[in-house]
Amino acid sequence: MSFLEYAPAPESTSVLNLRDQYGLFIDGEFVDGRGTPFQTISPATEARIATIANANEADVDLAVAAARRAYDRTWSRMSGRDRGKYLFRIARLVQERARELAVAESLDNGKPIKESRDVDVPLVAAWFFYYAGWADKLDHAGLGANPRSLGVAAQVIPWNFPLLMLAWKIAPALAAGNTVVLKPAETTPLTALIFAEILQQADLPAGVVNIITGAGDTGAALVAHEGVDKVAFTGSTGVGRAIARQVAGTDKKVTLELGGKAANIVFDDAPIDQAIEGIVNGIFFNQGHVCCAGSRLLVQENIHDEVVDRLKNRLSTLRLGDPLDKNTDIGAINSREQLDRIRELSDIGEAEGAERWTAPCEIPENGFWFAPTIFTGVQTSSRIARDEIFGPVLSVLTFRTPAEAIAKANNTPYGLSAGIWSDKGSRILAVADQLRAGVIWANTFNRFDPASPFGGYKESGYGREGGRHGLAAYLAPAPVGGQAAITRSSRAAVEAAGSDAAAAAEPKPRRTRAPRTPKATTKGSKR
Amino acid sequence: MSRLAVPKTYKLYIGGAFPRSESGRTYEVRSATGAFLANAAKGSRKDARDAVVAARSAVGGWAGATAYNRGQVLYRIAELLEGRRAQFVAEIEEAEGVTRAAASAQVDEAIDRWVWYAGWADKFAQVAGNANPVAGPYFNISVPEPTGVVAIVAPQDSSLLGFVSAVAPALVAGNSVVVIASERFPLSAISLAEVLATSDVPKGVVNVLTGSPAEIAPWLASHADVNALDLVGAGDLDWIDLEFAAADTLKRVLRPEQGPDAAAPALGRIAAFTETKTVWHTKSMK
Repeated sequence: MSFLEYAPAPESTSVLNLRDQYGLFIDGEFVDGRGTPFQTISPATEARIATIANANEADVDLAVAAARRAYDRTWSRMSGRDRGKYLFRIARLVQERARELAVAESLDNGKPIKESRDVDVPLVAAWFFYYAGWADKLDHAGLGANPRSLGVAAQVIPWNFPLLMLAWKIAPALAAGNTVVLKPAETTPLTALIFAEILQQADLPAGVVNIITGAGDTGAALVAHEGVDKVAFTGSTGVGRAIARQVAGTDKKVTLELGGKAANIVFDDAPIDQAIEGIVNGIFFNQGHVCCAGSRLLVQENIHDEVVDRLKNRLSTLRLGDPLDKNTDIGAINSREQLDRIRELSDIGEAEGAERWTAPCEIPENGFWFAPTIFTGVQTSSRIARDEIFGPVLSVLTFRTPAEAIAKANNTPYGLSAGIWSDKGSRILAVADQLRAGVIWANTFNRFDPASPFGGYKESGYGREGGRHGLAAYLAPAPVGGQAAITRSSRAAVEAAGSDAAAAAEPKPRRTRAPRTPKATTKGSKR
Repeated sequence: MSRLAVPKTYKLYIGGAFPRSESGRTYEVRSATGAFLANAAKGSRKDARDAVVAARSAVGGWAGATAYNRGQVLYRIAELLEGRRAQFVAEIEEAEGVTRAAASAQVDEAIDRWVWYAGWADKFAQVAGNANPVAGPYFNISVPEPTGVVAIVAPQDSSLLGFVSAVAPALVAGNSVVVIASERFPLSAISLAEVLATSDVPKGVVNVLTGSPAEIAPWLASHADVNALDLVGAGDLDWIDLEFAAADTLKRVLRPEQGPDAAAPALGRIAAFTETKTVWHTKSMK
């Protein structure tokens, strides 16, 4: 045993109290789905974990109707203070059941337990805690006094941070006074279903949060549902486009958090040890299944060789294997489908002339695994410099001047995140000004906080999650004069009031249309 | 004995110049009473694409100008407009067939909106931005930045006020715009372009197309170098198709507004064409 080897230290799964089968969580109860149930497996062993219900269109109807009832009768009438108290309860329950959630997350997703335990789950609690405090302070959210909630929010989330993405979606939606129908990713439904049990413990009014499981067609049916006022999606840019088409011509408000191809820019005066750690964290955190991953390393030419050598040394010390082992750095790839995509793009990188280096590590027999990989000599035109790989694969490019670094960093249709490493504060701020990306990390990478807005420029989507800005995605300003800004709910209020005068003041109704069939479904949704 | 008037040729406004449509096409603009007013340029797909090129090349300079400077430039538009008030009142009176009082009110309100939005230029970031109290040793700040090139279908039922109400907020944060003027009332928009050309607005920051919105808007909606689409005046077009086309490049889209409050002055119109950038920086004594 060398000094780098450790005895196995797996986290016990005895903390889990899983059911063999999970239903859909609708109107506060678990109910059977009408679609064909599916299995969720551990990507590290391919062993079955549980059978999961599959929601078809009728189930989506039920869930949206439950959310609408809860909105009309309970949640939209509740004081902000009481909504906040429910969210505080949820935050506390997540903390109380943190170990269980972390183990379940690593089991179902494949990410190392040290990440689910130290990053995902603590952030989940923090997210609910942060937005709980907002619920009775919405006048200060930046939309003027008395902002309105939107109604029923349809939320479709990816498999890379299953519970954390749930928190990013549900916490601000509830704080703002909306009700929710959420669909977790097909491959990672487990923690969302445990979260449903937490909602029962919190005694959250029935129907305020509904969780329906299924594949892409379930998500597509939810997004397209006429009873939905708001769509929030995190996943691939391809699906994001389909959703943007799907909602065209409707009154639905949309936020999209999509793909990325972040540049991590290392200047020659960077604190090199921290930079190496930051580069590793930037692309190998969560097996690279991170939309904001620093997948393009832009390193100043004169330190290229040194940086690459140090990276290879560092990567050689990473331990790949059992996600539940406390010493594991690199867990399992989430699905066979994703593994195939990573392999395909990596092969293309090699075929296009880049030099491939793979960290030496043993690959377990079962499950889906991909060893940390670096490509050097990558051209800006190469697929591995342009396409989101969403895996532990780093493309290394060089630059000579700050202007060249900025031009290369911005040379992408994406604009989610970027990193800058330099000891010179003035240069960091000037470069940060020029980068077209929504989140910029200077001398750090992959930091997340509920107080900090997150979201993209360009084709990485629109809207922000986190912070005060994240509330804007779930609120509308109070109607002023009413005419231009009239919405579905206020129109409904006008109709319900039966006021001729109000009806006469209503502007020409928007033309609506039969929904178009999106060119893609939400299958394979991922960040 | 009356003097023979010298009529003006109304052209497009692209990249700070006043070209005719490359298509060579014009269309007749008539007054409310049916009298011939002018042959306006009937912009084409090529004109729209030229305008996007001009707008894109102008973004860097305009977005890079200080907010204080942008505020002064926008305020100067109001100053120049005030000086040419009589011209616009007469133009609107004739085109829309409204009373002098109504035309004057429209011009006054347009001038005042420039002033209102000009004042936001160096304040918006303070209202929309944040220092974020993250749980760690980081300086963390969020600031709004311009989205880039914004294509606008101006309100169609207004000569000047609708146009200004849509264009001014997009300029505040540093976007450049390509705007399709009202098809029926295009002349004031081109007269305003003359104001812009002689104010300090850098060339290419505002580009004005006249002609058929139904013909031109689809090219802007699908143009990959347009970042955002304001459909405020597109209510009578097949605007759903435009929003649909905009999804291909995930453009930010503002949907049509109708009625007298369309494009009413609001912070939300500035915010709609900004992106929030959040910068994290480590803090350390070492």
